[in-house]
Amino acid sequence: MVSAASTVLLLGVVVALVVTSPGWPRVRETFLDPHKAVEAFPAVLEGLWLNIRVMLVCGVLIAVVGLTLAVMRTVRGPVAFPLRLFATAYVDLFRGLPLLLVLFVLGFGAPALRLSGLPSSALFWGSCALVLSYSAYVAEVFRAGIESVHPSQRAAARSLGLSYGQTMRHVVLPQAVRRVVPALMNDLVSLQKDSGLIAVLGVIDAIRAAQIETALDFNFTPYVVAGALFVCLTIPMARFTDHVARKQGFHGAGGHL
Amino acid sequence: MSLHAAGREPVLRLEGVRKSFGDTEVLRGLDLTVHEGQVVVLIGASGSGKSTLLRCVNLLEVVDDGRITLEGDDVTDPRVDADAVRARMGVVFQAYNLFPHLSVLDNITLAPVRVHKVPKAEATERAMAMLERVGLPEKASARPDDLSGGQQQRVAIARALVNQPRLMLLDEVTSALDPELVGEVLDLLRELKDEGMTMVLNTHEMGFARQVADTVCFLHGGVVHEQGPPAQVLDDPRQERTRRFLARVHA
Repeated sequence: MVSAASTVLLLGVVVALVVTSPGWPRVRETFLDPHKAVEAFPAVLEGLWLNIRVMLVCGVLIAVVGLTLAVMRTVRGPVAFPLRLFATAYVDLFRGLPLLLVLFVLGFGAPALRLSGLPSSALFWGSCALVLSYSAYVAEVFRAGIESVHPSQRAAARSLGLSYGQTMRHVVLPQAVRRVVPALMNDLVSLQKDSGLIAVLGVIDAIRAAQIETALDFNFTPYVVAGALFVCLTIPMARFTDHVARKQGFHGAGGHL
Repeated sequence: MSLHAAGREPVLRLEGVRKSFGDTEVLRGLDLTVHEGQVVVLIGASGSGKSTLLRCVNLLEVVDDGRITLEGDDVTDPRVDADAVRARMGVVFQAYNLFPHLSVLDNITLAPVRVHKVPKAEATERAMAMLERVGLPEKASARPDDLSGGQQQRVAIARALVNQPRLMLLDEVTSALDPELVGEVLDLLRELKDEGMTMVLNTHEMGFARQVADTVCFLHGGVVHEQGPPAQVLDDPRQERTRRFLARVHA
C-alpha cells in the first residue's frame, strides 16, 4: 500500500513537471505523434525482426565460441600453453577493441578482399563482428564459472578414472554453466540491443528503419516506437532471467539479512 | 602381516617415496607395503603426510622420488596411463565430493559407463545393488545435497566400490561427520574388511583403528615411524614419538 501510494505520487510529480514545461507541446508533436507512430510501425517492426534473427543466430555462435575459448584458456599442463596463449590474446584483443571499430573493419574491409566462397553482405560481416567481440566477454563469464567449481570435484572425478576431457564434460562444465546462466542472459539482453549496431554497415534494422522514417518529415516518433519495441523485447527476457536464476536457487542468499 | 607375506606380490608397495610442496618436505623416503585383504590404518599428527601419501598413491600428486607399485606395476613411471591406474583404485574423501548436479544413481554410474564402458542398463543395475548394499536404495533419485553427511559418505563409498577396485583409499572419511553419523560409515567399512577388501585409510578414530586395522602405521617426520598390529602400536608403542602422539589424542 505504502509503496504503491509513493510510486503514484512520484510519477504524478514527474509527469506534471514535464507536461507543464514550456516546450512540452512542441516535444509532444515531434516525439509522441500517434499518427506518425502508426505510420512508421510496420517498417520498424520489420527492422526489429532482423534484430531478433541476428540476435538468435549470433547468440548460439557466441555461446559455442565463448565456451571453446574458456575451455582452451583453462586447460592445464605445459603442453597446452599455446592454447592458453591464443585464448588469452584473443580475449585481450577483442575485449579491448570497441565493437563499432570491429564492425567497420570487418564490414567494409573484409568484403573488399573479395575472398571467393565467402558472402560479401554487410549482414554476414556485421554478424561476424558481433560474434568476435561478444565471444571474448562470454568466454570470461564461462571461465569464471569453470574456475568456481571446487578442485575437489576434479579430484573426485579423476580418482574414478575419468580423463581430463571426461571430467570437464561430465563434472566441471555442467556445474560451471549452471552457475553463470544469469550472467549469460545478461549478455544476451545486451547483444539484443547491440545487434542494432550493424545498421552502421547499411543493414536496415529497427533503428535504421526508424531513422529512415524520421528523415521524411523530421518527426522523431519512429525512434520512440523502436525504443518501446526494444523494451518490450527486453522485459520478458529479464523476467525469464530472474526465473532461471530463482530455479538455480539464487534467492538472494541469506534470507532477510 | 606374516599371514599375507607368503611370496605373493603385494597389492601396493611404496619404496623411498619423497614429496615436497615448495620448501616443505612432507614425505621423506617413505616405505610401506600393503598385502591382499589387508587393512592398513595411517595415524599421525596433522601435516604428517597421511593425506599426501594417499594422494600420491592415487597419482593426484606426482611424487618427487621413489617408486609406487600397484600389483607389481610401477605407477610412478611417467609413461604410465594415470587414468587407467586410478580406475583400479577407489577413493573416498573427507568431504564426500559427490557431484551435486547429478542424482545419487548418476553419481554411481558415471565411472562404470564412461570409464569402464559398462552398458547403461547393467551399470544402473550394479549401482542399485550397491545402494542396496550401503542401505540407501530409496535415495537413488535424490540429489546429494538432500542427504545427511553420513548418507552422502555411504554414497561416496558406493561410488568407489561399484568399479570393483583392487584397493580402497579412504582419507579421513568420518572427520566431517556428526558423531551420531560416524557409526553408520564405520559399520560399512567393517563389513568391507570382512569381505576381504584391501584398504589404506587414515583416521583420527583410534577406537576404529583398533577394530579394523591389521597394521597401524604411525607417520612422523615424513616416514613410517612405527608400525605393527594395533594392539602393539596403540597400546604398547615402542617409540617415544608414538607414545607422545597417542597421549595427546587420548587426552
